[in-house]
Amino acid sequence: MTMTPDTLIPTKPVAVTVPPRPDHPPIIRAENLSVRYGDHRAFDQVTWTIARGRITALIGPSGCGKTSFLTCLNRLADLVPRCSVAGTLDIDGMDVLSAATDVIALRRRVGMIFQKPNPFPVSIRRNIALPLLDHRLCDRRTVDDHIERTLRAVGLWGEVKDRLNQSAFCLSGGQQQRLCLARALALKPDILLLDEPCSALDPISSGVVEDLIVSLRGRYTVVIVTHNLAQAKRIADDAAFFWLDGGAGRLIEHGPCRSVFENPAHPLTRAYIHGARG
Amino acid sequence: MSRSRTDRWLLVGLRASGAVTGAVVLLVIAFLLIESWPASRHVGLSRWITDPSWYPTSSAADGRFNLVPMLWGTLAAAGIAVALATPLALLSAVFCRFYAPPTIARFYRRMIQLLAGIPSVVYGLWGLTALVPLIQHFRPPGTSLLAGAAVLTLMILPTIALLADAALANVPGDHLRAAAAAGLSRPGTIRGVVFPAARAGIFTGILLGTGRAIGETMAVLMVCGNIVQTPTSLFDPIRTLTANIALEMAYAMGDHRSALFVSGLALMAIVIALVAMADRIGRGYAYA
Ligand SMILES: Nc1ncnc2c1ncn2[C@@H]1O[C@H](COP(=O)(O)OP(=O)(O)OP(=O)(O)O)[C@@H](O)[C@H]1O
Ligand SMILES: [Mg+2]
Repeated sequence: MTMTPDTLIPTKPVAVTVPPRPDHPPIIRAENLSVRYGDHRAFDQVTWTIARGRITALIGPSGCGKTSFLTCLNRLADLVPRCSVAGTLDIDGMDVLSAATDVIALRRRVGMIFQKPNPFPVSIRRNIALPLLDHRLCDRRTVDDHIERTLRAVGLWGEVKDRLNQSAFCLSGGQQQRLCLARALALKPDILLLDEPCSALDPISSGVVEDLIVSLRGRYTVVIVTHNLAQAKRIADDAAFFWLDGGAGRLIEHGPCRSVFENPAHPLTRAYIHGARG
Repeated sequence: MSRSRTDRWLLVGLRASGAVTGAVVLLVIAFLLIESWPASRHVGLSRWITDPSWYPTSSAADGRFNLVPMLWGTLAAAGIAVALATPLALLSAVFCRFYAPPTIARFYRRMIQLLAGIPSVVYGLWGLTALVPLIQHFRPPGTSLLAGAAVLTLMILPTIALLADAALANVPGDHLRAAAAAGLSRPGTIRGVVFPAARAGIFTGILLGTGRAIGETMAVLMVCGNIVQTPTSLFDPIRTLTANIALEMAYAMGDHRSALFVSGLALMAIVIALVAMADRIGRGYAYA
């Protein structure tokens, strides 16, 4: 089917919001959240809540601000020069955007996995030990137990237990991504942000990582950006659709995964899902 | 010109310049070998180490040719300088990259570049007129291993600091993002992620600094006292191999002259050993 943005974008997009259900209390609340890079607006006026313990998929075309949204949640946007974040953002009662927020503590609670696996340029063991020791979550005597437990949790222990002292770059891409996941999980976070975690992996590694993500359901709040709509449908409980409107990203629709994918309320969502599928 | 033609010419050019570089090194070594040949033949192998002292004469039979005290002088002065300059230089590079506000960092970097550009004779002048009298005040005669090591420290500090700073600047943003996302503290990021990633560049800096310390002639000649003896304390005057060559070359003849080339060869051997060692260490850590 054809999709011409001009005819589909209403002059004023009406955000279709579904109120959070009482059995899924929110952990992240964003209100009028906007991000700009210099004069360039990445996304505008996002008001949204994300439920605790569920997997929420973020979908939308390239450049609509999905990554930018994730980097607000752990204040990684601080690293980008000329990036400014406006609005309010509350994670579990913490005012994330306040200057007084302890960013290190925030980032311990909100882990992040990137599209390209990015282990530290040190040994496999040290990749996990480094954040553990830096956050003082264990001491040197118990660190090996923690490492083993974490690597088992991502199914990597059997594959690497004999070469823990080798460089993490000796691992395959899929193994590196699982190591990054282990590194994030070692800090016992509440929230995991996954930015297209499977898109640099082959189908089999991708499947392994996907199964791992599913196994996190309930124990962690997972926010995953993916361009793979089939994957989003398979694994997510909730979904949100971002769209590029007038140069800036907007949250068009969000709700339970099934309703977004099978019965989208907004014509843009419907068009995107059908377009991407066909 | 077609793409492949350009590539071929580029390849020829690269190979030629590589060959020239290699040839220069080989020529220097060959030259040293040829010039040192008479002394090597007349003095033999063991006398460079076993002779009672350094009293070179133009015919080997009458002279004494012990190079060991000057070798110790060179190694002690350079070793102390590297041991002092390396931590200071690394601290200054880390400060510049990760702690200083940008304007201060820029100013600071300029200062260090300036420091690196000061001619060695100026360092020597400063050492001779400021440092030596100060040491003399505590422990005469003042001209000493300590003075030489201090001047060398100041001279190689900017070299190591600049190269370390460049190595830190080249750490991929991905690593820094990963460290930030894992909530690492700044010291944790620097120790755990930045240093391992910048290791090769930092090693190169230390290596170049060491080479400069071993090869430096004028400044150490001015402040070390130039007495041929194995130093037993920091306040002993020493003579380095380089200073020895500079001091005696003007009047040396025959086997004496050739013996100076032997000491040049010894310097060359130290530098080659150093490069080989750094290569080993660098490879042992080569993770990236
Ligand atoms: N560091 C940056 N500096 C300047 N502009 C940026 C930066 N990062 C992103 N942008 C801009 O912000 C907008 C949103 O980018 P973002 O990376 O958030 O999109 P995205 O939805 O993650 O896209 P993709 O699906 O391709 O990853 C884009 O127009 C992009 O050009
Ligand atoms: Mg992105």
